[in-house]
Amino acid sequence: MGIGGAMLKGIPVIGSPISVEAALQGGVDVALKKRMADVALNAARSKGATYTDVRIGRYLRQFVVTREEKVQNVVNTESYGMGIRVLANGCWGFAATDKLDTDSIAKAAAAAVAIAKENARIQTEPVQLAPQKGYGEVSWKTPIEKNAFEVPIKDKVDLLLKVNDTAMKAGSNYITSIIFSVNEQKYFASTDGSYIDQDVHRIWPTFFATKIDPKTGKFETRNALSSPRGMGYEYLIPKAADKITGMPTTLYRNSYDMIEDAGFAGKQGGEKMAAKSVEAGKYDLILDPSNLWLTIHESVGHPSELDRVLGYEANFAGTSFLTLDKWKSGKFNFGSKNVNIVADKLQPGSLGAVGYDDEGVKCGQWDIIKDGILVNYQTIRDQAHIIGLNASQGCCYADAWSDVQFQRMPNVSLQPGKAPLTPSDMIKNVEKGIYIVGDSSFSIDQQRYNFQFSGQLYYEVKNGKIVGMLNDVAYQSNTQEFWNSCVAVCDKSDYRLGGSFFDGKGQPEQVSAVSHGSSTARFNGVNIINTARKI
Amino acid sequence: MAILSQEEAQALMKKALSFSKADECEINLNGSDSGNIRYARNSVSTSGAISQTSLVVSSAFGKKLGVATINEYDDASLEKAVRRSEELAQLAPENPEYVPFLGPQTYSADNPKLFDQKTAEMEPKKRTDMVAQSLQVAKDANLTAAGFLQNTGSFAAMMNSHGLFAYNKYSDINFSVTLRSADGKGSGYASRDYEDFNDMDTLKLTKVAAQKANGSVTAKAIEPGKYTVILEPAAGIVLLENLYGALDARSADEGRSFLSKAGGGTKLGEKLVDERVNIYSDPQDPRLPTASWNGDGRPLERVNWIEKGVIKNLSYSRFWAQKKGVKAVPGPSGIIMEGGDASLEDLIKGTEKGILVTRLWYIRPVDPQTLLYTGLTRDGTFYIENGQIKFPVKNFRFNESPVIMLNNLEALGRTERTVSGESFQSAMIPPMKIRDFTFSSLSDAV
Repeated sequence: MGIGGAMLKGIPVIGSPISVEAALQGGVDVALKKRMADVALNAARSKGATYTDVRIGRYLRQFVVTREEKVQNVVNTESYGMGIRVLANGCWGFAATDKLDTDSIAKAAAAAVAIAKENARIQTEPVQLAPQKGYGEVSWKTPIEKNAFEVPIKDKVDLLLKVNDTAMKAGSNYITSIIFSVNEQKYFASTDGSYIDQDVHRIWPTFFATKIDPKTGKFETRNALSSPRGMGYEYLIPKAADKITGMPTTLYRNSYDMIEDAGFAGKQGGEKMAAKSVEAGKYDLILDPSNLWLTIHESVGHPSELDRVLGYEANFAGTSFLTLDKWKSGKFNFGSKNVNIVADKLQPGSLGAVGYDDEGVKCGQWDIIKDGILVNYQTIRDQAHIIGLNASQGCCYADAWSDVQFQRMPNVSLQPGKAPLTPSDMIKNVEKGIYIVGDSSFSIDQQRYNFQFSGQLYYEVKNGKIVGMLNDVAYQSNTQEFWNSCVAVCDKSDYRLGGSFFDGKGQPEQVSAVSHGSSTARFNGVNIINTARKI
Repeated sequence: MAILSQEEAQALMKKALSFSKADECEINLNGSDSGNIRYARNSVSTSGAISQTSLVVSSAFGKKLGVATINEYDDASLEKAVRRSEELAQLAPENPEYVPFLGPQTYSADNPKLFDQKTAEMEPKKRTDMVAQSLQVAKDANLTAAGFLQNTGSFAAMMNSHGLFAYNKYSDINFSVTLRSADGKGSGYASRDYEDFNDMDTLKLTKVAAQKANGSVTAKAIEPGKYTVILEPAAGIVLLENLYGALDARSADEGRSFLSKAGGGTKLGEKLVDERVNIYSDPQDPRLPTASWNGDGRPLERVNWIEKGVIKNLSYSRFWAQKKGVKAVPGPSGIIMEGGDASLEDLIKGTEKGILVTRLWYIRPVDPQTLLYTGLTRDGTFYIENGQIKFPVKNFRFNESPVIMLNNLEALGRTERTVSGESFQSAMIPPMKIRDFTFSSLSDAV
């Protein structure tokens, strides 16, 4: 039977479905969501589930895409449905449906239980869940100042076309610019007695500006130095106090001047093309947070995920070199004493900030690397006991109502240095180095030892001074060696967040949005390769 | 049941179109039912059943376009989605590149291999049985298994106000497994993707992974540098897809592609790689059935992309084709790279010194100018000497361009169906022997 028929036959929990406009105006009525959740909880229990959680999600996304003087696309997407996860016979089962009448919900709950019971015969040990108290009916909302979905399309289009015009006047031949807005309206309920309503907002303005030289056939692209943020449209209202000037390009803290950055990008495309090709060898690297966030993500964030350490990702994302024996020893030198890495699910303005995770655990923060030593991992309810915890760290997330929740990375950030230090002071002490701004190519092995990263802008540093731009640069290192070569981290006045909307993991693959903060940091004697080739 | 029949899809889309007040309106509708099991540490971890559909409404007033999607299908929701796309279109400025929606098209009959009802409707018990077979191999060999099995039934349909209607139904079964030795020193992998579950042999594939895991435990470090390599299809596809997926006319014409030439113009019609390289796409091929139409309603037909090393076709958006006065060839679907008669074993036998690469992973672009990519070997890399596999070697990072690689071609083996571990797309790819493949550093990862 098709969905059309199912919609007619089923008995809706409420008279009429919720329109897009109603969703945009504040979401589905909480009482309705509680009633739907209770249908699922009761249906699963009656089929033999010993634990059930339900996530009702309405996911709104908006893309405004322009290139040069043209608007290419204005898209609003919406997805609404329910995911039901159960424990039966000690095994997980999951089913998801986008038909939210009582019959369909009950059927999905029964399907989840049937799957759990079927799979229990190929399970070796029953799932052991860390205890979690119920919070009753609670709510949380990203503390935004201006809801991006309420900003008129015209304002976004006008901004992007101005961005494009600015880059092209400054030298770009082509530019694509995008404002990507996300609103996750999530409702969680579990047999522990939690009914959690959350309204999560994210925004990502970005561009790709390309300069070509038809004579030589060469081209160079300079991407935006923005970062995706757990903020509203206020991120796109530039504030002077958020700008870091005095460096070769302006850098941005908690608000972004997209037009100004486009002007720099237009100019820098030509500079990149004219830049000297790097001589391969060892250099001291001064990494701006707009570059370092991705290195933190890949080389610290992923290897400290407990599910990877245990082998749950062995068939896809990989395992981890941060094995349990290294953590148990209490002496594993992940990095130098300057390296302090904190996991944080609360950090304001970050992509990972929520009140509660997707299995109803209140979020918090904790150390992962303390004074260079591995002290902790990131985990969820069914793995917490393996590292002796009696509570989850709140790292569970699913990217849609239709996908099962599992361990995802919290914001994982390098703490600023305690002594006053600015990036320009840091550069003054470098004899032979490269100052790298912005992220680009990234690749790391499945246990997170060997990595290679590139950037948007590379500046050669000689005897304490920036002497010009370089090209064809990539840095290759081994994670432990790299973090042990961290000799200095700038102070908190330089601290900024980078991040990704699309951290991929799991099968079927899911994406997660996560931020990584740092101040500019220095790494001595890192291997640089030259990436120029001829075809 | 999220798979609508042609008639059900038609009725729903007609209803949606009836709400349209725009100059033009187009509806894309798709849905899927899928079930999966994920396992690790020799035990099931997560699993699920997902049923979902999505309807996309594109409305245009003149050259102003707006798009909205929804997954609720009562009249009120359909009308809301149509109105919302119209509002977005009215708010959007004119797009000078807008091309009106297509009129009715003629599509080839569906490839009969595209949909298998039993694969679409597999029960949880069948999935569990298939995974149980895989787990048994691991336990018998004292190895640790992690894997994933998923079956999917799906459909895609589109209809517009100019009378275009298109519909395809698909089934899919996907399996991958990694076996690791208890000491963590050996790792092996196998994966496949088919339309029919009868083609999927989880037992045989897990045995292949077990052999690689056991064979790779005593890996030696050898110096990085340029080596002759034999890339198994699962390793070759992840580099090649970045070549055949980048045959876009517009970026080449605009001077920002590896296909752009100094002084202007493109390499279309020129020899780019070794003359033994022939790459085409054919939705009707029984070995790799794909859809008969693409997302904007254009028919998908056989296209030769690279013939005897020469770039024969580039893909065009409808706008760019109109501007250039050429046929709007859609991008590739169902890629087939021709091979030779040699088996993988024959290629190994004919190699004096070289490295057998069974899988490449974490492939990322480094320089679009030369199509330079980086990534690593994974799950079984072996040193070959005098036509024999001598010993396993530690993993390498490479920096290589598929263009350079296909110019350094030594030999091709028999083409076979493989699935990319990066894009999850399937293709027919032969094992390839390549000289001077650039490994730039060693990795300690297993």
